[in-house]
Amino acid sequence: MSTGTTKLDVVVSDVVPVNDLVTRFHFRRRDGELLPTFSGGAHVVVEMRDGDRTRLNPYSLMGSPLNTSEYTISVRRDDVGRGGSLFMHRSVKPGLEMVISYPVNLFSLDLRARKHLMLAGGIGITPFMAQTAQLAGSGGNFELHYTCRTASLGTYADILQQRYDRRVKLYHDDRDERIDLDRLLSTQPLGTHLYVCGPAGMINWVRDRAAALGWPSETVHFEHFAAPQPGAPFDVALAVSGKTIRVGSQQSLLEAIEAAGVDPPYLCRGGVCGQCETNVISSDGKFIHNDHWLSEEDHRSGCKIMPCVSRFEGKSLVLER
Amino acid sequence: MGITFRKETFRDDYTFRNSPEHIRRFPFPFNEDSYMYAVNIEPHVVGPKGSVLENLIDVDEHYVAEMQDRALVLAEDPLRCQSLPHMTLAGWDLLELLMEQQALGYPEHFTLTRDGDRWRWINRPLGIDDTFTFGDTSTLPYGPMEYITRQSQGDFCILDQRDGNLWMDAGMVTTQADWSLDFDIGMNFFEWHAPVPLAHEKGIFIRALKFLTNIQQGKPARRLNWTMTINPRLDTSPENYHKWGPDRATVTPENVGDKVHLRVELQSFWRLPRSNGIVFPIRCYLIKMDELVTQPKWARRLHRVIRDLPEELATYKGLTRYRPTLVEWLSKLDDGSPTSPGFGPD
Repeated sequence: MSTGTTKLDVVVSDVVPVNDLVTRFHFRRRDGELLPTFSGGAHVVVEMRDGDRTRLNPYSLMGSPLNTSEYTISVRRDDVGRGGSLFMHRSVKPGLEMVISYPVNLFSLDLRARKHLMLAGGIGITPFMAQTAQLAGSGGNFELHYTCRTASLGTYADILQQRYDRRVKLYHDDRDERIDLDRLLSTQPLGTHLYVCGPAGMINWVRDRAAALGWPSETVHFEHFAAPQPGAPFDVALAVSGKTIRVGSQQSLLEAIEAAGVDPPYLCRGGVCGQCETNVISSDGKFIHNDHWLSEEDHRSGCKIMPCVSRFEGKSLVLER
Repeated sequence: MGITFRKETFRDDYTFRNSPEHIRRFPFPFNEDSYMYAVNIEPHVVGPKGSVLENLIDVDEHYVAEMQDRALVLAEDPLRCQSLPHMTLAGWDLLELLMEQQALGYPEHFTLTRDGDRWRWINRPLGIDDTFTFGDTSTLPYGPMEYITRQSQGDFCILDQRDGNLWMDAGMVTTQADWSLDFDIGMNFFEWHAPVPLAHEKGIFIRALKFLTNIQQGKPARRLNWTMTINPRLDTSPENYHKWGPDRATVTPENVGDKVHLRVELQSFWRLPRSNGIVFPIRCYLIKMDELVTQPKWARRLHRVIRDLPEELATYKGLTRYRPTLVEWLSKLDDGSPTSPGFGPD
């Protein structure tokens, strides 16, 4: 299967339940060598072999970039998703051999920043685990504001507070604690960069308020991997390879293309990097665009689709693949 | 065993020469009898033994002399090496990359020993044996980028990646084909390529940027570029134009073979792991016409390429003044017979 990155053969060295929803997985290299160095904010794509199905999901690396003896990811169980997180929770045990990609960073720190202001929501905390470790190791100036539903679901909140004390501020939904976002964004020193990772609603809220309060867009960084959504099955003709495929309800279009032996390039599998952009040759029906890569104009035109996250409903779809 | 390093100069008396083995390994940049821009980027993987691609970072017989020439350039003009404050981490990334690659490819000349962040670096050709703490700038005589690029052939640009663009925020540039780091520092990809003719209209830079920002760790890429230089001068910088620019007027039918050099840049692109930046080594190879035409295929092909080069490109590459003299000289070595496919000599 093709990829934009080199693959790493790893073994699951530990599986640690963190709370009711989140489990942490540790990977080491099978050959005992060190893993590649990475930068805070990087993710890996984990290949999940589930019977005759292969899912490939991206997860942020959450360990310290200074420790390359192992990689760690945290997976939040999604009971209504396409089954990737359930597979990780149910079937991945210590000793299992897996394949992951080299790290890729699409949510990099801007090292020019005088201060890094980080806003996390829920499982969106994971890239900040690595970024705070990286910054703390080099005397970097950061402040983390972390919103979680309840204290018991505040994944790693305790560890972060132990490590960084007052540089971490927690907000619990069940106690009606809310970030005073306008005040926070209005009182930052010059040269501050803003980073946000969490649910789509939170990202949009933060980006909108930052723009309204005059933050230059190049100082506002966000990571939003759209997980592929399940949907009704649909048929696609692949014009270049001369194949016709069916996309299952729990399968992404990209996965269905790959299952047919065609290998488009990819990096993020979450609709942000642009690698798998595919031209539409003809269509009769409705596109369900879920990506953050194509412009609104592209979406309206019906000439392009991001098969990693987007779907189709209708009579016929012919792609240039 | 190992490489026999030549004692030679790239200025004044210009004693630079290629040995017969180095002539045959020269990275001749034309795989057909004409030239036009293309996005000629390919994976930077190890190539055939005895080629400049035998190792991903090439060290050759000119290593010691090139490092001495770099030291002379820096002594006159320290601004050839610059690193903006946020680029120090990328400098450490580059130090690791170059030490690893040189030690891997040339163990008889370079040795790297690591004990946690305590590193020992032995560079036998330059007589260096230093122990330092990785990540602690105070344990090296220079910043990490300057330290290692004073010991590595080729120019190095370190590009910061942000806002969907690449920014020229650090570099060591002393063997350049008429561009200036001091002028370009802090510019983005489109800004520093603004002077290049024709390529913008072809959309080449938009595609190239898209490719470069997606370069992944462990998967470097490369391309060749070329120009010509009168006399084997590494430092053809705008700052020193007054020293080398007038040389273009000195080419005569009698001295073409000795004075005119094909200058080939092997450019590679690497993702840096800690900083998420890109390093862009630009390795310069020089060969004089007398040496190049010892390979008849190259002589025939170069004649056709230079003769048919579009005027804008000839102007941009600075060939206009001596092109007729060069083409006339090369034409005598071109009997019109076909050339074999591929870059290499027959």
